Formats: sequence, structure tokens, C-alpha cells
Amino acid sequence: MDFLLNPLIIVTFFPLLGVLALLFIPAARKEALRWTAFITSVLTFGLSIWMLTLFHASNPDLQLGFSLPWIQVAGWNISFAMGVDGLSILLVLLTTFLTPISILSTWSAVEERVKDFMLFFLLLEVGMTGVFLAQDLFLFYIFWEFTLIPMYFLIGIWGGPRRIYAALKFILYTMAGSVLMLLAILFLGIEAGTFSVPDLVTKLPGLYASGVISARAEMLLFLAFAAAFAIKVPMWPLHSWLPDAHVEAPTAGSVILAGVLLKMGTYGFLRFNLQFFPRATLQAAPWIALLAVIGILYGAAVSYAQKDVKKLVAFSSVSHLGFVMLGLFALNQEGIQGSILQMVNHGLSTGALFLLVGFIYERRHTRDFDAFGGLWKVMPVYGALMLIVSLSSMGLPGLNGFVGEFTILLGAWGAGMKGGSLGSVLFAAFAAVGVILAAIYILAMFQKMFLGPLDKEENKKLKDLNWREIATIVPILIFIFWIGLYPKPFFALMAPAVAKLVAAYPAAIAAIH
Amino acid sequence: MTQSDILTILPNILLVVWACCLLLVDLFIPKGRKGWTALLAAVGLAGVMGITLAQAGRTMSAFNGMVVQDGFSSFLNVLFLASGLLGISLAYGYLKRMGLERGEYYILMLFSITGMLLMAQAADLIVVFLALELLSIPLYVLAAFARPRPESEEAGLKYFLLGAFATGFVVYGITLVFGASGSTNLTSIAAAMASGSANKDLLLIGAALLLVGFGFKVAAVPFHMWTPDVYQGAPSPVTGFMAVGAKAAGFAALLRIFVTAFPSLHVDLVPVLWGLAALTMIAGNLIAIAQTNIKRLLAYSAIAQAGYILMAFVSFGNPQVMASVVASALFYLVTYAITSFGAWAVVIALEEPDGQGLEIADYAGLAKRKPALAAAMTVFMLSLTGLPPTLGLVGKFYLFRTAIQGGFVGLAVIGVVTSLISAFYYLRVVVVMYMREGEPRGEGESWLDLTTAATAIATVVLSFLPATLFALASGAVLKLL
Repeated sequence: MDFLLNPLIIVTFFPLLGVLALLFIPAARKEALRWTAFITSVLTFGLSIWMLTLFHASNPDLQLGFSLPWIQVAGWNISFAMGVDGLSILLVLLTTFLTPISILSTWSAVEERVKDFMLFFLLLEVGMTGVFLAQDLFLFYIFWEFTLIPMYFLIGIWGGPRRIYAALKFILYTMAGSVLMLLAILFLGIEAGTFSVPDLVTKLPGLYASGVISARAEMLLFLAFAAAFAIKVPMWPLHSWLPDAHVEAPTAGSVILAGVLLKMGTYGFLRFNLQFFPRATLQAAPWIALLAVIGILYGAAVSYAQKDVKKLVAFSSVSHLGFVMLGLFALNQEGIQGSILQMVNHGLSTGALFLLVGFIYERRHTRDFDAFGGLWKVMPVYGALMLIVSLSSMGLPGLNGFVGEFTILLGAWGAGMKGGSLGSVLFAAFAAVGVILAAIYILAMFQKMFLGPLDKEENKKLKDLNWREIATIVPILIFIFWIGLYPKPFFALMAPAVAKLVAAYPAAIAAIH
Repeated sequence: MTQSDILTILPNILLVVWACCLLLVDLFIPKGRKGWTALLAAVGLAGVMGITLAQAGRTMSAFNGMVVQDGFSSFLNVLFLASGLLGISLAYGYLKRMGLERGEYYILMLFSITGMLLMAQAADLIVVFLALELLSIPLYVLAAFARPRPESEEAGLKYFLLGAFATGFVVYGITLVFGASGSTNLTSIAAAMASGSANKDLLLIGAALLLVGFGFKVAAVPFHMWTPDVYQGAPSPVTGFMAVGAKAAGFAALLRIFVTAFPSLHVDLVPVLWGLAALTMIAGNLIAIAQTNIKRLLAYSAIAQAGYILMAFVSFGNPQVMASVVASALFYLVTYAITSFGAWAVVIALEEPDGQGLEIADYAGLAKRKPALAAAMTVFMLSLTGLPPTLGLVGKFYLFRTAIQGGFVGLAVIGVVTSLISAFYYLRVVVVMYMREGEPRGEGESWLDLTTAATAIATVVLSFLPATLFALASGAVLKLL
């Protein structure tokens, strides 16, 4: 039973204690419910920091892990295996960091059925953490699908006017990819005789060499996994569920959806596609980079055309995660490191943007640009915070977005040179144009909302942010500046693991060319 | 009749004797106190279950190899008896509420269960036929139990006519198989094929006819036309019992007969079975989308679930995968049983005496008024779709694995795509419960609520601990005597 004291188990399942506590609190006592959920999530964050202290950054392998035999009968070889390494530790911390902030933002936003909301939110946290820590494909699949259920309810019950359509689109679209991944998981499990991720990483090269899994099968498996992850990221052209889901979701739901759930897709590419299917990855790299660059430019262009500020932020996610995908498939140290850092950055910046949009929505119940203008005069604190977060999203040097984007572009350029996976520097070149486009739509948004004349009557009496609202943004700001000015500790956490991942690729690339 | 003969069919004998005695005792139980009949029937089932569990692990054969007792039959017998107990708990309050309370209900159930027990133990085609009739005829009567209501009478008549027709196919198939191989004993048929003394073409036609007959019983497309009307018209507890018991019995027969007697016909039958499985999964799920009545929805869902089991069944003759076929089918039958009884319990809880409360729209607002019931129904809907953390996902995982191991990746793709399609209509129920306003009526009562809670908890908890059930299912491998 001492596996219960394993830090990963504690971090993943601690919110269940909160769920248990919530079940005993009557539904009418909203304050008690909110505080219980908030304290649970803060404690979970504390526990994840404890986990971080136990983590040795210099070790590139899976740590703090364990593997319990789970279903070992009838030819199955499924274990309950968890582990953390440099690839996932930052994402786990991002999850436990954003959850209390999201819960804090619901104080005045969610008045109906608070108990159910908090229950679903804590269950969602369990699922998300589990996805990043699972080291067995069956367990990963369970956590992956499980996150769909609370998110579906969060969008469908507490969302905007078109919430049921958005929730259904979200769950069906995501499930469509997941079921293909299920078949791929089963195929891998049958051929390799195990579902354990580290075992598969060691066994698969032998299976490819002996021809048990042909090159065609490898590509099909890669595509099956990629289908699930590409829908989740979301990559162009599989992104159409995202604007609906983001716009209709309640603020806290949007924050966690953009902040964490989308990262599950990019993490999936990193953990599974890149590690399991090296040949297929190399073959697909230019194509995926192409889709990524299209996503960057398309997302930015469509963002600029939006009238609804939440939809603008939603499409900006497509654009930002295009950078992440480009960095991943550069298949070199800078590209992947930049990509992981940008995953964290996007979670922070876009999460903060959704929070800020939520503030104005609670006051004015509209998100249309035409309803705003000159808000800086009435809400200076809000304006300042929005400015910083917008600049971070835009990639201003000195803030976190720049570090990630620059590193990715460095990696993509290197991959475009001789001996790289992409074969052309045009990918990096066009992606860099995306940085300019980001500046355009972000600054246009800021100008339309905050600058200019304050001519709408309703805007003149708006109250500035209260302490609780500021408290949700300030922790994010700390990290925006920290990562922007001194990213070294963050890179140090992931460098050895990324180096290990990338080690096989230069030889493989040379073998092809 | 040797001692071994009697021991092998001891559960059946006891159950029949108990049912007959109960028939007599029921005459003396006053009209308003028919709950006693239910209790006595349950006691009988529990007793027989105890004997079955005591006999589990032993392998016996009786009556010259016509009836056997092995791991396969033990597993299924426990499933049938448990279904009977759950069926009684579903019916107990419902019959009172609808004014249908008659003791014969429980006795008919006992007779039907006897037939199901015999079906799992049948090693000879004649016994299969006997068991088929014994389990079906009480079900025909039970389907028409809500006598003044026309749709119940129509359901009973439809079930009877189409069932008799299907039984005709089964008998004709048995005749042809006998003609082709010279025996009705399953192992003898296999031996005849192996030694080359059987007429293969005639055997193939016989096998195909058997497939048609049992395809009707498990509601495979295109033999499914009776299912929606019968499921909708029959009283809900009867449907709940039928949906699990008759389907499991049908699959018991299919598995036992085809794996024991016809593995050599595997190559010829694969295209047919492939088409059957694909059609069943596709048609069942697509037509379910259009349903607005919860009973019809669950009927089409039952058709689709049978399709998933057929998907695994296609590899029945592949020696490497055979054990997996049986094990995964048995596992999924248990999964389906737990989930189905739970879902039907919820349907019964919301059904009104005049037949109201059966449209999906009547579930609106259930989450606010009866949160536990809505949560339970959500669990069942998720399990039927195959989303974690429910047993349905584990079951589907096992079925898909069998299909892929057998090499039928295309069928597995159809399976997952249709599972995705099914999410649409299962989630619609969840949407209506949680995201629409309404005033659902419907009472709870103790046994029904207990059933709902127990099955919901089992669906979630067992999904984390499926190893035991996996071991039991894979241990229930047929032994060719």
C-alpha cells in the first residue's frame, strides 16, 4: 500500500479528497463550496511543488515513477504506471498552477449549481494531471478520454447561449480522434506484448528492424495517434471545434481549456509520436510543419477579423500552438525546448487573456468590440494588466512569449538547414511573419478596447478590478516576467530529457538523406 | 440416469421443481401479497446460484455427452441467475404500481431462466433447441403481460410469431447439420468434419441457418425488426430481463455451437459474419439517432451492442484467437448486463402508469430534481458509449483487441466509428437531463433504487479492478470433451 505515498499518486488524486469533502457540503452553502475547492487546488499546487523538489533535473529518464501490475491476465500486460520527466514536469506544474486561479475566477461568475461546478472542475484536474503522468497506454487513454466528460458538462451547463452545440461539437470531435488512437494503442499492445510506455520505447526499434511492424504500419499508427492529438492541439484544419468551445465555455472553463487541455495534444505528439515512430515522424515532419505554419498565419489572420474578443483569443490559440507544433517537428534541441516552454507560455498568457476578457464580460455582458473603447480611462489597472498580458502573447522581448517563440524559430531555422528535419528555412521564415501578424491583431484589439474616446455611456461607470480579480492575474504576471527575463531554470528542467529524445534523430536524418 | 447425470443438471432440476412448487404455493398467496412470490422466487434463484458456484470448477458431462458442465456454463449460469435476481428487483415495485401484480410473472421468469441455464450447458443440438424453446416461450407470454394494453399484446404476439419462425430456421439448420454429419452432438460433428466424413456444403447451409435463427435471438441486423417494437411494447422489467438474458443465451448458443462444432467452416463463414457484424453495428447505431422514445433508444442500443460482440465473434475459428473470442464475449456480456439493468431501472423509475414518462424529453431537468438518479443514468450512458471510467470502456477494449488480433482491423475501425456515432444519442439523454429545464415525475422505491445504485457503482468501480472478471472470463474456456 505504500504506493499511495508516491508523490505522483498524491498530486494526481489529491483533488479527489476535495471532491469527497464537497459531497458533504450542502449545495446552498456556496461560499463553503468555493473555499473548499479553492483550498484543495492550492494544496494540490503545493504538493506539486513538493514533487518538483524531489525531481532531479539532470536525470533524463522517468523519475518518481512506479508500475503496479493492473491487468496481467488473459494475455494482457497492462500496468498502472506513472512517471515524470523533463518533458512533462512543467505541464503538470502548469495544470496545478492554473486550476486554483481558474477556481478563484469563478467567485462571482458562477452562481448556479456551484457544487456541481466545483465537483467537475476538481475531477477535471485529476484527469489532466493523470494524462501528463501516465506511463501506460491504457491508463493514458483512460485519463485522456476521462477529461472529456467534466469539460463537456462545464461547457454544456454553465456556458453561453450556444453551449449545448459547442459542448457536443467538442466531445464528438475530440472523441473522433481518440477512437482511432484506441485502435492504434491496441495494435501496439498486441504486437509488442506490453502497454507500458518505457517498455515500448525500448521494444519498438527491434520490432521495426525485424519487420513485425512494417514501415506502412508505422505510418498508419503515427497517423492514428496524430489524429487524436492534432484535433486536440488543434491543428489547422481540424480546429473548428475550438472557437465554439472557447466562446461558449464559462471563463474558468476557457482558461483551463486553453491553458491545459490543448497542451495535452502537443504533449501527446511529444511523448508518443516522436518517441514511438521515429521514421514516420521524419517523413511527416515537413507536412506537419506546413500545417503548423498555415495554422500560424491563418489563426492570426482570422483573429484580426474577429468582432468578439473571446473568439479573437480563441483563434490566437490556433496561431500560437502552430508555433509549438513547428518547434516540435524541428526535432532538435532548440526546437523542442522552445516548444515545451511555449506550451507553458501559451497556457499562462492565453489563460490570463481569457481571465481578463471574463472580467469585462461580467461587467458589461458583451464581448463585442464596438461596445468598448477608451476603457483605460475608467479602468487603469485593468488596462495595465491587459497591456502586459497582450504584449506577452505578442512575443515582446523581456516577456515570456519572446523566449519561446525565438527558441522555436531558432530550432526551425536550424531544421531547415542541411541535416535538419524540415528541409527548408521557409517554414521558419513564414512563421516569423506570424509574429508580425500577432502584433497586428493584439495591438488592434488593445487599441479598440482601451484607447480612443470613451464615448459609450455604460463604459463610463465601470468599476476597476477588485482585489480578487487582481489576485488571479498577479501570479501569472510573476511567471510572465520570470520566464521572460530568466528562463534558464525552466530550460534546465527539460534539457536532459529533450536531449535524450533528440539524440536518435540526427543519425536517422543522416540515414535518410 | 447416473449420479453424474443428475449432478450435471442439478441446478436446472432444482429450479424447475422450485418453480412448479411456487406455482402451487402462489395459489394460496392472497392477491395483494404477491410480493411473497417474488421473495420466494428470489430465494430459489439464490439457492440455485449457490449450488452453481459450488459446482464451478468441475467439468462433468451427462446423458451421453448431451449436456455438459464446464467453466463456460458456470460463468454464464451465474450471469443468468444474477439477471434473474435483478429482473425480480426491477419487477417488484413496477408490477404493483401498474396494477399488473400476478404471481405467474415470477414463475414464468424462473422457467425462462431454466431454459437459459440449459442453453449454456447444451452440448448437443437437440438440447440447444429444447433450451431455446424453454427460454423463449415464457418470454413471449411475459412480453404480453400488461394485458389490457394493446402495445403489450402486440409485442407478445410479434415476438411469438417471429420467434417461432426463427426457431423454425434453427430446427431446419439442425436437420441439415444432422444430415451432413450424422450426429447432433457438437463434438461428434467436429470429429466428422475433421475425419472428412461430413458433407461440407450441407453442413455450411445448416450452419448458416443456425446463424439466422440465433441472429434473430441476439437481434443482429437484418434479423432485428422485432426488437424495437417488442422492447417498447413489453412491460419495462420484462424488457430489461429479456435484453440481457435472451441475448446472453443466444450468444451462449452461438459461441458453444460455432466454436465447438464448426471451427472448420470458419473460412467460409467469415465474410457472412463480417457483413452481419458490420451491418448490425452500423444500422443499430444510425437508427438509434432518430429515436425519441427511451425504450426504443435502448432497443436499438441493444442491437448495436450485439454488433460489437459479433465483431469479436467473427474470429471464432482462428485457433490463436478462439479463447480470446469467448473470453471477450463473456466479459462484455457481463458488462452489458450490469449497465443494461441499471439503465432499465432508471427507465422504470420514471415510467408513469399510463405509459407516460417514456420519451427522452420527459427526462428534462432530472439532474435538478433527482441528482443521484441522473448521475446513475449518466454513468450507464457513458458505459454504453465506451467512455472511461466505466466498465463499458474496458469491455469494448477487450472486444476491439480480439478483433485486431483476428486481423479484422477494418471491422474494428467500423466498431470505433459507430461507437463515436453512438456517443451522439447517448449524450443526448445526458444533455436533456442536465442541460434542459423540466419537471420529471416518477417515484423511487427501495429495491429499484438499490438496483440502480448497485449497478452504477459496479460499473465505475469494476472498471478499475477488471482483472478478476478478466480472469474468470478467460478461465471459462470451453473444453472439448
